[in-house]
Amino acid sequence: MILECKNLKLGYESKTVISDLSFSLEKGDYLSIIGENGSGKSTLMKTVLGLMKPMSGEIIFSDGLKKNEIGYLPQQTVVQKDFPASVEEVVMSGCLNKKGFHPFYSKSDREKCAYAMKSVGISDLRKKSYRQLSGGQQQRTLLARALCATGKMLLLDEPVTGLDTESENVMYYLINALNKQGITVIMITHDLSAALKYSNKILSVGEENFFGTKEEYLEKFGGEI
Amino acid sequence: MSALQYYFTFPFVRYAFITGALISLCSALLGVTLVLKRFSYIGDGLSHVAFGALAIASVMNLSDNMLIILPVTVAAAVLLLKTGSNSKINGDAMIAMISVASLAIGYLLMNVFSMSSNITGDVCSTLFGSASILTLSKADVIISAVLSAVVILVFVLFYNKIFTVTFDENFARATGIKAGSYNLLIAVLIAVIIVLGMNLVGSLLISALVIFPALSAMSVFNNFKKVTVFSAVLSLVCSSVGMIISILSSVPVGSMIVVADLVGFIICLAAGSIKNKLSGE
Repeated sequence: MILECKNLKLGYESKTVISDLSFSLEKGDYLSIIGENGSGKSTLMKTVLGLMKPMSGEIIFSDGLKKNEIGYLPQQTVVQKDFPASVEEVVMSGCLNKKGFHPFYSKSDREKCAYAMKSVGISDLRKKSYRQLSGGQQQRTLLARALCATGKMLLLDEPVTGLDTESENVMYYLINALNKQGITVIMITHDLSAALKYSNKILSVGEENFFGTKEEYLEKFGGEI
Repeated sequence: MSALQYYFTFPFVRYAFITGALISLCSALLGVTLVLKRFSYIGDGLSHVAFGALAIASVMNLSDNMLIILPVTVAAAVLLLKTGSNSKINGDAMIAMISVASLAIGYLLMNVFSMSSNITGDVCSTLFGSASILTLSKADVIISAVLSAVVILVFVLFYNKIFTVTFDENFARATGIKAGSYNLLIAVLIAVIIVLGMNLVGSLLISALVIFPALSAMSVFNNFKKVTVFSAVLSLVCSSVGMIISILSSVPVGSMIVVADLVGFIICLAAGSIKNKLSGE
């Protein structure tokens, strides 16, 4: 077991968005989190990442997973839209969480960065400015950055939102390839067909929570699809 | 030119010039982060707080104004940053409130308690900077030089962290980087720069020193390192030009530096659009 959530209750101030949620993941799992808008998917992810505190319940990382071994692909922010930074600078920043107080990047950081860029096929965009990239290229840049930050677990918040079909397929393909290399993936998605195609576990949040394998999900809700 | 050479034979003019250059370098370095983080308004608010603090310091007749101004401004920076990240309080309104309140209280104090016969002149020089850098006191010059050097050193050491926290705070936090502490560091650096810049260009104009070089560099360059370096160099050039013109033609130094920055900005804007057109074809 790599991650276990017990009896989570999440929300802002007095408003509860998710209650009584429990699930656990094994190393190498590919979990898709689905649910309506506003059902608390992002809240759940932020809580797992430690950006928010749960109202009650527990989140336990095991298998020696440390806080600085998690990669995260957040939704894009307004700040990033016109941010003057090269692809390489953005990807390199993923290495920072292992540096402690050390001020500068080392040779091995640079190698890791180059490898991450190669894995997602953006090596030739290295010197390009982030703000001049297409949506798909930006997402791949952020995926490479997340890769620099982890070799164990990736959390992806709607990684294909706003992408055209082709870039979408590329993203799913890359994520799947990383999962096959043994990285545990947790992905929020609107796209049920992609969730069923790629992941092995499904978490559905909303009025009633569901957690189980893909097969169990199909068995329970199969008729409705 | 010979007039300039004559002025520079005085060691004190040289020191003042170097201090001005250092301050403008620092403000440009941090300015990039400030503009990108959408914190420009915090700089503006802080400059007014610094004015209020200066008024208090001069009323108390302290030998060294910095003892009051620096801690008060740093505290205000930390406070503003904290409320900025709290969605319950409207950070915008808070900053506006603190700004005008500090200005009002500052002016009031200076009027009621001032020992000086020339209050209007005092207030004016606090708001718009000394009429000439030559009137900076020797203590001011030494403190400014030391603090500037510290700011530059800290910026270089934390450059990568500042970049990461500026580009994506949530990612930084989620992957185990203490984003809160680095935000705090940025706030403290900004406060120090604002206080330093007050001597040079005055509290009303210091924002220009922070914002203009950053915006100029961002309109020409596309990567963070180049933007930061160019912003620093441009700021250095503009304030040197401003100071030299000010010395030679005895115009107020702060206003002259800001005008030089404005001209630099317009040139960069034009250069940026030409560059875009060229690369677009």
